[in-house]
Amino acid sequence: MSSDDAMSTPASGAPPADRDVPATERSSPSQSAPPPGALPRRFGSWYVAEHWFRTMRAYLQTMLMTGIGTPLLYLYALGVGLATLVDQNIGAGSADAGAVGAVGYLVFVAPALLCSSAVTTAVDELTYPVIAGFKWNPFFIGMHAAPLQPRQIADGIVIAVSGRLLAQSTLYYLFMLLFGAVPSGLGFLAIVIATLTGLSFGVLVMAYSATIEQDKGQMNYVMRFVVLPMTLFSGTFFPLETLPVGLHWLGWISPLWHGTELARVASYGYQEPLWLTVAHVAYLLVLLAAGVALARRITTRRLTR
Amino acid sequence: MPAPVITAVDLVKKYKDFAAVDGLSFEVAPGESFGLLGPNGAGKSTTMRMVGAVSTRTGGGLGILGLDPNTHGPEIRSQLGVVPQADNLDAELRVRDNLIVYGRYFGLPYSYLRPKADELLAFAQLEDKAKSRVDDLSGGMKRRLTIARALVNNPRIMLLDEPTTGLDPQARHVLWDRLFRLKEQGTTLVLTTHYMDEAEQLCDRLIVVDKGRIMAEGTPASLIREHSSREVLEVRFGSARNAEAAEALKGVGDRIEVLPDRVLVYAHSGEAALARVTELGFEPMTSLVRRSSLEDVFLRLTGRSLID
Repeated sequence: MSSDDAMSTPASGAPPADRDVPATERSSPSQSAPPPGALPRRFGSWYVAEHWFRTMRAYLQTMLMTGIGTPLLYLYALGVGLATLVDQNIGAGSADAGAVGAVGYLVFVAPALLCSSAVTTAVDELTYPVIAGFKWNPFFIGMHAAPLQPRQIADGIVIAVSGRLLAQSTLYYLFMLLFGAVPSGLGFLAIVIATLTGLSFGVLVMAYSATIEQDKGQMNYVMRFVVLPMTLFSGTFFPLETLPVGLHWLGWISPLWHGTELARVASYGYQEPLWLTVAHVAYLLVLLAAGVALARRITTRRLTR
Repeated sequence: MPAPVITAVDLVKKYKDFAAVDGLSFEVAPGESFGLLGPNGAGKSTTMRMVGAVSTRTGGGLGILGLDPNTHGPEIRSQLGVVPQADNLDAELRVRDNLIVYGRYFGLPYSYLRPKADELLAFAQLEDKAKSRVDDLSGGMKRRLTIARALVNNPRIMLLDEPTTGLDPQARHVLWDRLFRLKEQGTTLVLTTHYMDEAEQLCDRLIVVDKGRIMAEGTPASLIREHSSREVLEVRFGSARNAEAAEALKGVGDRIEVLPDRVLVYAHSGEAALARVTELGFEPMTSLVRRSSLEDVFLRLTGRSLID
């Protein structure tokens, strides 16, 4: 196609084969292309994920810095600094008499930090960017005017954020290895567990974000009164059993507690009944499924009204 | 006549008890340029969102390209080009990337999209802005980019919701020129506007919509012929005296309409009407004779002007 032609006949399409086809016959950009709508119907979620990744690329440097900085700072401060204090004063648990069970504090706290970091990132990705997509930089509306379905928009975001969580958790895990915080050979499973933990909580938050039409600081409440207490009381820095029995429910409802306990099983062979391990996995999966269902529904309702 | 590309039968959209669209029926033929004219809040945008297979209708029937939007949204939308009332370009992406990323939503391959993006930038006269940030574009440029973006999939139908609202006259004329070219190439255009000159320029046929209902339907010329006189005399006597003067002028021309700032005399010949006004001993502060427009049609049909 000559460039002159291109300038004067934009609607007649790039593929030369289309040039003489009357407008009403023209339904797809090339003769061999699938029928209209077939690709988006099938792969729409992946197109959304592609967009999300493209947007992330602009923040790649920030993501790398936090991806490296967070494990370095936390593992050093808690796993080395605080751990020295805990292990020296209460005992490093040579038998099963230690402060946090049979292992040193670094080994105890590292999987929890890993999961907690995944939750933080998931919340970052699934709060303001989601509100923005509907409102401040409303590209969800553009996606929906194109052939993408609201359900696929929700799914695509989940796919993209899963990708980021996997990458970030892998990086975190490498630092855990570097600090000597992973005695078990199955420790790498903690990467998947952390990703699942981040998603199971994050996607619920995403569903909530999708309902927000006026930003009145709701997210500050979520951060202060949900995320922060959850981080503090999910057996992250001290075992849940240390709390009075009456407060144990805080851990049971917390996806972070379930994820952390699971990650401990993987990273140092933390002993718990098998049914409990199964319950952790089931709880996280159920939350994730519920979150995805809600997010799809809310997105659909909001975009199709 | 070939099968219509859009068929709406008693189309209804309700929000709780409020009917934003209250029983619209119309058809659009392939290659036709069809307009929805009406004031703000008439239900134009809601209709466009239903035709765009985005908003779900509350009642009635709707077929786009022979498909039902309730079941075939993606199939329909992949053949539409949509220019929404509020630009929803991605401010985080550069100008050219906006075209490419949007094309990806249709599943179009990069090998097609790269040259297509350049072609569309040329069409929108934005070649030298390819790497600019969207936020740095003027209103007119953003609008042209939105139109270019809507063309990325070679749509069979273009839906344009108030394409030139908020643009300066020059930017409007550039846009009209681009839309006219699309029309020449056989693309079906459906547009809403509350500018009667825009409707007269671009539409083969239009419906006048108010409060979710159709007030009139026809070509711009036939609507004017049917609902207005050939010419209009606009006279001003000062806002305090307009009503009083209008009362005394009864019988001059076919019909008189009093607006807060002027009196409109509908007549076959505006000059003759003006001569009659002077004969009656009135000295208007200003007078203007013009041809009737769709604005007059709208005023006649609804008793209100198009732009409140």
